[in-house]
Amino acid sequence: MLEASGVRAMLDQLDAELIGLAPVKGRIRDIAALLLIDKLRAEQGLQSTPPSLHMCFTGNPGTGKTTVALRMAEVLKQLGYVRKGHLVAVTRDDLVGQFIGHTAPKTKEVVKKAMGGVLFIDEAYYLYKPENERDYGQESIEILLQVMENHRDDLVVILAGYRDRMDTFFGSNPGMASRIAHHIDFPDYSEAELMQIAQLMLGRLNYRFDDTAESAFARYVGLRRAQPHFANARSIRNALDRIRLRHATRLFAANTALTREQLCTLQAEDILASRVFATAPATVA
Amino acid sequence: MRITQGTFSFLPDLTDTQITRQLEYCLGKGWALGIETTDDPHPRNTYWEMFGNPMFDVRDAAAIMLELQAARKTYPNHYIRVVAFDATHGTESVVLSFIVQRPASEPGFRLIRTEEPGRTLRYTIESYAVQRAPEGARY
Repeated sequence: MLEASGVRAMLDQLDAELIGLAPVKGRIRDIAALLLIDKLRAEQGLQSTPPSLHMCFTGNPGTGKTTVALRMAEVLKQLGYVRKGHLVAVTRDDLVGQFIGHTAPKTKEVVKKAMGGVLFIDEAYYLYKPENERDYGQESIEILLQVMENHRDDLVVILAGYRDRMDTFFGSNPGMASRIAHHIDFPDYSEAELMQIAQLMLGRLNYRFDDTAESAFARYVGLRRAQPHFANARSIRNALDRIRLRHATRLFAANTALTREQLCTLQAEDILASRVFATAPATVA
Repeated sequence: MRITQGTFSFLPDLTDTQITRQLEYCLGKGWALGIETTDDPHPRNTYWEMFGNPMFDVRDAAAIMLELQAARKTYPNHYIRVVAFDATHGTESVVLSFIVQRPASEPGFRLIRTEEPGRTLRYTIESYAVQRAPEGARY
């Protein structure tokens, strides 16, 4: 029955396309199993109440929170938990108004749009600004709380943000914390996982590393990880974008006809030109 | 006298489940839904007051039902209808509308006969509800 529902195929695809993230995948598998079993229980006439699926994703920048949220909408659609399976991604300025009486309609508008799907609130802690007691964010939070309680079967709310700031947010909004059943922490990627992610990204863009480039990039990842402002997969994507720029410039400078092979292959020199290597000795010393 | 205006008006009043199914149908067609209210039931009163904004980005009937509940709360004794707007180039107009709430009692219409020169008679109708009270206090 797992096969028949298409859930297995979907979980496999998730495994293939998302590198690492073991706790996240584990939780998705649990939820999928529960929803499926609930369906079977309902068929047998047993009591089955749809579980509350509001979630909170915490983790460092670039650990895949938004990507997973997008997939989550599809997953929940497949499992028949949400009816439409679209994702509405919002931040504070989509929810909070600019003057008295502006916030409630604005938040309700967003909620209406998200019904039948998933409402994804990125950097949710900005909704609550304790330093300003007249901030309209609180009003927005109250409406969200009400919707999360009364329209549980109409939409799923996913909050996302950095770990420590989400903790303070929940600390000052206990109602929010108690209405969210699933707190999922996104771990940082290991170097091996980052390499896999890079390969996956390049594969999608029809590029590849040659042998020397691969080891150079592995070295790059090691150095970059130690530097400040490292944003996991996002940094990798940016690095690849810059490498592609250098690759393009190199080919542009060469005055020969280019083969398909050349157009696809990134070489070590494209990578080694990065400033990460230039500053590396300095940070060591 | 029961007003028959728009689609389904010769049928018994739709239940909320039935309304939801109709809304799903509209959304499936890609139409934008809006809610309109009035307390003037004259058949030539085509343009009713819009309740809230037309809902262009809404994907699910539950959201429209939410808005409909709000409209019912605000106007418990008015006529309320749902209109579906087709934005397709070349159509760009309301393609479906149906009444989702009507007042508890509908007093109906008076037939007014106006004598004209000769033995001509001209007929108009006037709602008793409109006649007896100003706008907003009729039902």
